[in-house]
Amino acid sequence: MAELLVWPALIAYGQAAFAYAGELRGAGGLGRLGIWGVRIGWLAQTGLLAAQALSADGFAWGGWAAALNFMAWLVVSGYLIWGCRPRYRLLGLAVMPIAVGLLALAWLGGGTSVGEADRGGWVLAAHALAILAAFACFTVASAAALLYLLEESRLKRRDARLLRLRLPPLEALERVAARVALTGLALLSVGIVAGLTQLERGDVDATMTVTIAVLVLYGLVLVARREAGLTGRRFAHGVLLGFALVAVVLPVTHFAS
Amino acid sequence: MKLALAGVSHHQAPVALRERVAIDLRAAASLARRLASRDADGCEAVVLSTCNRTELYLAHPADDGLTAHADRALLELAGGDAGFLAAVTYRLTDESAALHLFRVAAGLDSMIPGEGEILGQVRDAFEAGAPGPFLDRTFRMALHAGRRARVETAIGESPSSVPAAAAALAEQVFEGLGGRKVVLVGAGRTSELTARNLLSRGATVSVVANRSVERAERLATALGAEAVSLSRLADAVAHADVVVSSTSAPGLVLTNSELAAALRGRRGRSLLFVDLAVPRDVDPSLAEIDGCFIYDIDDLEAVVAASLEGRRSEAVEAERIVSAEAERFASWRASLVVVPAITALRARAETIRSAELARAESRLASLSEGERAAVEALTAQIVAKLLHLPTVRLKETAVTSDGLHYADVVRHLFGLEEDEG
Repeated sequence: MAELLVWPALIAYGQAAFAYAGELRGAGGLGRLGIWGVRIGWLAQTGLLAAQALSADGFAWGGWAAALNFMAWLVVSGYLIWGCRPRYRLLGLAVMPIAVGLLALAWLGGGTSVGEADRGGWVLAAHALAILAAFACFTVASAAALLYLLEESRLKRRDARLLRLRLPPLEALERVAARVALTGLALLSVGIVAGLTQLERGDVDATMTVTIAVLVLYGLVLVARREAGLTGRRFAHGVLLGFALVAVVLPVTHFAS
Repeated sequence: MKLALAGVSHHQAPVALRERVAIDLRAAASLARRLASRDADGCEAVVLSTCNRTELYLAHPADDGLTAHADRALLELAGGDAGFLAAVTYRLTDESAALHLFRVAAGLDSMIPGEGEILGQVRDAFEAGAPGPFLDRTFRMALHAGRRARVETAIGESPSSVPAAAAALAEQVFEGLGGRKVVLVGAGRTSELTARNLLSRGATVSVVANRSVERAERLATALGAEAVSLSRLADAVAHADVVVSSTSAPGLVLTNSELAAALRGRRGRSLLFVDLAVPRDVDPSLAEIDGCFIYDIDDLEAVVAASLEGRRSEAVEAERIVSAEAERFASWRASLVVVPAITALRARAETIRSAELARAESRLASLSEGERAAVEALTAQIVAKLLHLPTVRLKETAVTSDGLHYADVVRHLFGLEEDEG
């Protein structure tokens, strides 16, 4: 029965994504509707995850589809940290479509059902949780970076309607992207270290290699921002490049192996 | 209660006429007191005078000549030859007058829809005036309508002038303007207005650069900045966050070649150029540099136009809010018709109850204190319960056209005319 909670979550996230898109088209007043959709969806998904955790005999999100379900929840949770403030609400423009996509994929892959579990022990659970949280952080960071590029292009184009659709200020978007990416980097490091403790000789595969590449790339981008003035548009591109590795290369290598 | 309004505003009267009847807050307060004291029997008055309007609001329990009274007072304000005012004066009564006041408070009757000052001006006029219970409630409802329109819609959010648009754009680039450095190029009035708008949002003017350093010094002293000549401009730009330029120079003042070194040293830090000059001061090719944004006067005017368009679309929603509040006012005012009848009915019932208790005094003498209190409470409760439903029904019908008729029927049935008389 608890499995049905995926529907209110999916519908509410979808409604939020449409509401934010409507705000972009100048419909006005839809942002408030959007944030309520996010809140309701988040509560429904929290209920679903709680049901999965309670009924599972072990770590409930070990499979790829279940992991996507959990990651969607983390992404929305990360968004809600800022999104409840009206000035940052439109971060949802970039975040909510991703959350809808993740949850829909999770449902298609059977990751929203209740009662299945992956028995991997606590260390592997910690490893998976840290990695998923890191990827969720990179998702939110890339959403902020995407909005940065959108807002920067509107400023460069001298868009007359710039003040009618108030995205967060450029500086704020860059700061959010940098902080969340840094948090993601720390979580990814913890996840990798936890994973290494369980590694046996010859276990290194393409997925692990790409994960290390993601760690290195985000590390370089953040260090360059601090030390070499890689700010603004170039920083946003760096964050998006890292996310491309997470969102495209990582799944390809995972399923190929 | 009757409500009357006589006024002139920017809609019909040009400034040459408006200035004849414009008065400051103190004079408005004095006029309101004078108008209210005309009649000892509950006349109330509030005078609202701003640069766009002068309006006299009068209320009286039953004065049919109230509008003419307000009209005369307005004409007296203009003094001497005031015939010219008659054609541009609007006169409204009761619900129409209240709706007008609500629209004024919400900024819907302003030149720029949703402008922020009017709500404070209405509040000041109300506080300085001579309102009685009726105008007190009416103005409080108007202020509430004005606040709702601003909170529930975005009518007052977007900038309505070029300096405000420049400051709003700066806030779109930087996360708050607190401590941001502004460089002014040119020491004219336009630069100063824009600078003051930025200052009001927390920015600081660090440098005023001008061809004549003497002139720059005057403005720099007023703004707490340093005055420099145009030759030192590149250094100033290197440390600036916002550059506001409005010189009368015939060519470019801030060129790519002169600023290249300074901009390289900024390492991509954002820089907003606000170019208010015609011909333009800022080299357009600077916009190609990472982190540099240029808005010229045409861009800013386009932003203001789009903002005003946005305000007008928000005004539709604000009108809906104001209409709802005006309906509440109409219901409340209608309920006033039956209030005297209800008060008299309750007073009559209480008189009968007290008289009957007094008549039974000899038979109740043997009762203890507690038992007497119980009898008192019991009779009071019976009266209250009997009158509850008629009171509710009377209030309900008050908002319909039958309200007055019902009140008369109650007066007739219970013989309340003599009591009220």
